[in-house]
Amino acid sequence: MSDVSLIVNGKRVSGAAEDRTLLVHFLRENLGLTGTHVGCDTSQCGACVVHVDGKAVKSCSMLAVQASGSTVVTIEGLANGADLHPVQAAFREHHGLQCGFCTPGMIMTATDMINRHPEGLDEATVRTELEGNICRCTGYHNIVKAILAASKTMSKGSKGKARQAA
Amino acid sequence: MYSVNYHRAASVADAAKLVKAGDAKLLSGGMTLIPAMKTRLAAPSDLVDLSKIKELQGVKVSGKTVTIGAATTHFDVANDEKLKKACPALVHLASLIGDPAVRHRGTIGGSIANNDPAADYPAALLALGATIVTNKRQIAADKFFMGLFETSLKEGEIVTAVTFTAPAKAAYEKFRNPASRYAIVGVFVAKGKDGVSVAVTGAGDDGVFRSKEIEAALAKNFAASALEGVKVPAKNLMTDIHASADYRANLIAVMAKRAVAAANA
Repeated sequence: MSDVSLIVNGKRVSGAAEDRTLLVHFLRENLGLTGTHVGCDTSQCGACVVHVDGKAVKSCSMLAVQASGSTVVTIEGLANGADLHPVQAAFREHHGLQCGFCTPGMIMTATDMINRHPEGLDEATVRTELEGNICRCTGYHNIVKAILAASKTMSKGSKGKARQAA
Repeated sequence: MYSVNYHRAASVADAAKLVKAGDAKLLSGGMTLIPAMKTRLAAPSDLVDLSKIKELQGVKVSGKTVTIGAATTHFDVANDEKLKKACPALVHLASLIGDPAVRHRGTIGGSIANNDPAADYPAALLALGATIVTNKRQIAADKFFMGLFETSLKEGEIVTAVTFTAPAKAAYEKFRNPASRYAIVGVFVAKGKDGVSVAVTGAGDDGVFRSKEIEAALAKNFAASALEGVKVPAKNLMTDIHASADYRANLIAVMAKRAVAAANA
């Protein structure tokens, strides 16, 4: 057992966990943050993507204890109260989801992607960057559309809503 | 995953001590080891985490000499401005590994110590004539990669960095598995003061290797056209459900042509 201390969505949290506990299970089971999903459990599908120290990672392929001391943002940490994060709003607006299972990972990947490309995104870049996220419903078109739209909104200076940590 | 004891090493010396415990394994980005533990293909008693050790991180370029710390992530290699100038081929290669989330965690030291037969970095290091630096010694790349998932690393020996001289020209071309995106064939071509060297990953029965046939043709004329009609033998190449040995042999020549064209561009 180890003590795992994290800052999750701005809150300091800690708890004891077996060393073999994956970050995704710590988030879901210890912290009750079930927005982060376990899809393939083999680091292919990206449903478990969260941000650790500002970088998108697959939380099914990292031990909770490896992340101890880090700052974590999950899908629950994006919206500002009732105000959706611009990426969430764009997914709603452009119908970027159907069953919704992959959506938390898609949005966390998209947010990271947009933050890394402040100059803006094009469709080819979005599709390449989505390599690690699998969606079995949408055919990706509306996801790509939503990410391109969010990228525009966020570069237009509505960054007040896009929290720095996200 | 079986039960395991986690240790976070503060320094290389600390890691060298910790790794002596039980059946310990070194953990860097964990992009191979953690999935292997989840499927119980690996079951170390202890994990020694190297990823927070400062001295193992970062890219240094001094004149023509490039040194990359073992715990430098693929993302950091792919986005290093100095390296983009010194060896853009390696930057490109790093940007093709896995996906963005994997590149944020996986490291160059972890990749070469694991020596997966479809890993990208071994091809680059072999073609660049790189030196692998450990906490004990320096090992030339051609004495380091010893076969499938095998290296000349001794028990508990820790890769600390890789270093090489920036080549005059180089490029990497990768034919990817359409679903999982690893290299079915990857070819790294480098032209430096010691001539041309060409290393192939993803294809060899025994892991990464240098293609003598392609090197001989390019030594005379470093142009894609020099590879017209060059046959790579299918002997000792892998056959699996994705590609036969003959197909891989053909792909090696095709990827080499593309790589030479890119290196000359």
